[in-house]
Amino acid sequence: MASVLAPEISSSGFSFENCQRNAFLAQKGFPAPKATKTGTTIVGIIYADGVILGADTRATENTVVSDKNCQKIHYLAGNMYCCGAGTAADTEMTTQTVASQLELQRLHTGRTVPVETAATLLKRMLFRYQGHIGAALVLGGVDRTGPHIYCIYPHGSVDKLPYATMGSGSLAAMAVFESGWKPKMTEEEGKKLVRDAIAAGIFNDLGSGSNVDICVIRNSGPAQYLRTYEEANVKGKKQGSYRYAPGTTAVLKQRVIPLEVESVAVHPVQPMEVEPASSRR
Amino acid sequence: MAASVINTYADPSMPEWLSAPHSTGTSIMACEFNGGVVIGADSRTTTGAYIANRVTDKLTRITDHIYCCRSGSAADTQAIADIVTYHLNFHKMELGEEPLVQTAAAIFRELCYNYRDSLVAGILVAGWDKKKGGQIYSVPIGGMVQRQAVSIGGSGSSYVYGYVDANFKPNMSKEEAVKFVTSTLTLAMLRDGSSGGVVRLGVITESGVERSVVLGNQLPKFYEG
Repeated sequence: MASVLAPEISSSGFSFENCQRNAFLAQKGFPAPKATKTGTTIVGIIYADGVILGADTRATENTVVSDKNCQKIHYLAGNMYCCGAGTAADTEMTTQTVASQLELQRLHTGRTVPVETAATLLKRMLFRYQGHIGAALVLGGVDRTGPHIYCIYPHGSVDKLPYATMGSGSLAAMAVFESGWKPKMTEEEGKKLVRDAIAAGIFNDLGSGSNVDICVIRNSGPAQYLRTYEEANVKGKKQGSYRYAPGTTAVLKQRVIPLEVESVAVHPVQPMEVEPASSRR
Repeated sequence: MAASVINTYADPSMPEWLSAPHSTGTSIMACEFNGGVVIGADSRTTTGAYIANRVTDKLTRITDHIYCCRSGSAADTQAIADIVTYHLNFHKMELGEEPLVQTAAAIFRELCYNYRDSLVAGILVAGWDKKKGGQIYSVPIGGMVQRQAVSIGGSGSSYVYGYVDANFKPNMSKEEAVKFVTSTLTLAMLRDGSSGGVVRLGVITESGVERSVVLGNQLPKFYEG
């Protein structure tokens, strides 16, 4: 029996009690609301002195652009950043969770955490959730073994590549990489290639748009986060003035209703008591 | 090997291949020869119709003398290989010597059988040990295990069973076996749409593993119509 001294402990784990109800409602034409998906172009390359990550900044809800300038390159650690595509909430939460685990690991070992550790943590988490966490990631960073780019898919598979693209614009971006990437590129060449790949996504994929964000992580020195590296869609200026000249519309009649002020009162506001009386000293 | 595609995220802005499970529609092979085993695989990873990776390494290290060839879901087989690697490393520390290939195969089977309803994984376990020399164990989708002198797997394998049966000889030399595996995989890649790229090879003998790659333009030539 449940009592104040021995409260009933609720059972652990997931609750499936609403599954049947939700299936019934969906069948009757009331589907569950959908999470925001970022139709996205995200990319990453290895160049001569580290890695360069890139992303567009459009977030969509079905056909509506819900955010015109969102951040898709997430912080993981000082030497690692991670681009996210898929469900916006999932990419945000997975990267934050892993960033926290990586910081604890760094504090515990007193060393720069290898990029492979982040890839392993991410893939284990995503595999455990069997694809229900809709996070498609491009992880990039440097460590004592050099620069690394990892592609991590929602089901928990990992590819280690010299250049990678993800999201709905990945085909457009990969076309740019396949024709332009070469080993040991300079930083300028690398940034140009990443910009071109993201621009290809922005202009050829409906799910991607707005600006280009870039993050350069060099083998030594801090990472350089170039938020809004380029505004790919600068709003055009109106060529002419479309305002009507005053007096264009004829005034047919005029009537003024005077408002009479009956009384004016000022109420002083007392600050609310926020501390309980007992805790006051 | 095509995984069942469960499209959980029906969203017009997201193409189907992004949410579809990643599968290695594959051609893999392992073949015994007089000093060990030759393993080989193509390098294509597909998601629906898109090639997600054209330089994949499907030959995964388990220990210095045991490798596995992966086919099926990329996520599932990578996770299984990681877990088996962990178990065998632990076993090796307790044992104080190199684990047997049979032991590796037994762990693969245990996982593949117990989780047979949630896994899509067809694995060839190949390696060399002091007890039985070069060995190949096939662990297909249901979680069975059986030793074979030569074994093929993945979606491309169905096109080359006849070629393997016609050309396999017991106790081949290393060079003969490498040539046999390369030719078989090339033929499978030519006929199977979801296999392709380069041929990755591994020769496992007493002295360890020797890895090599046969690039697309170096593959043997066959009748192309």
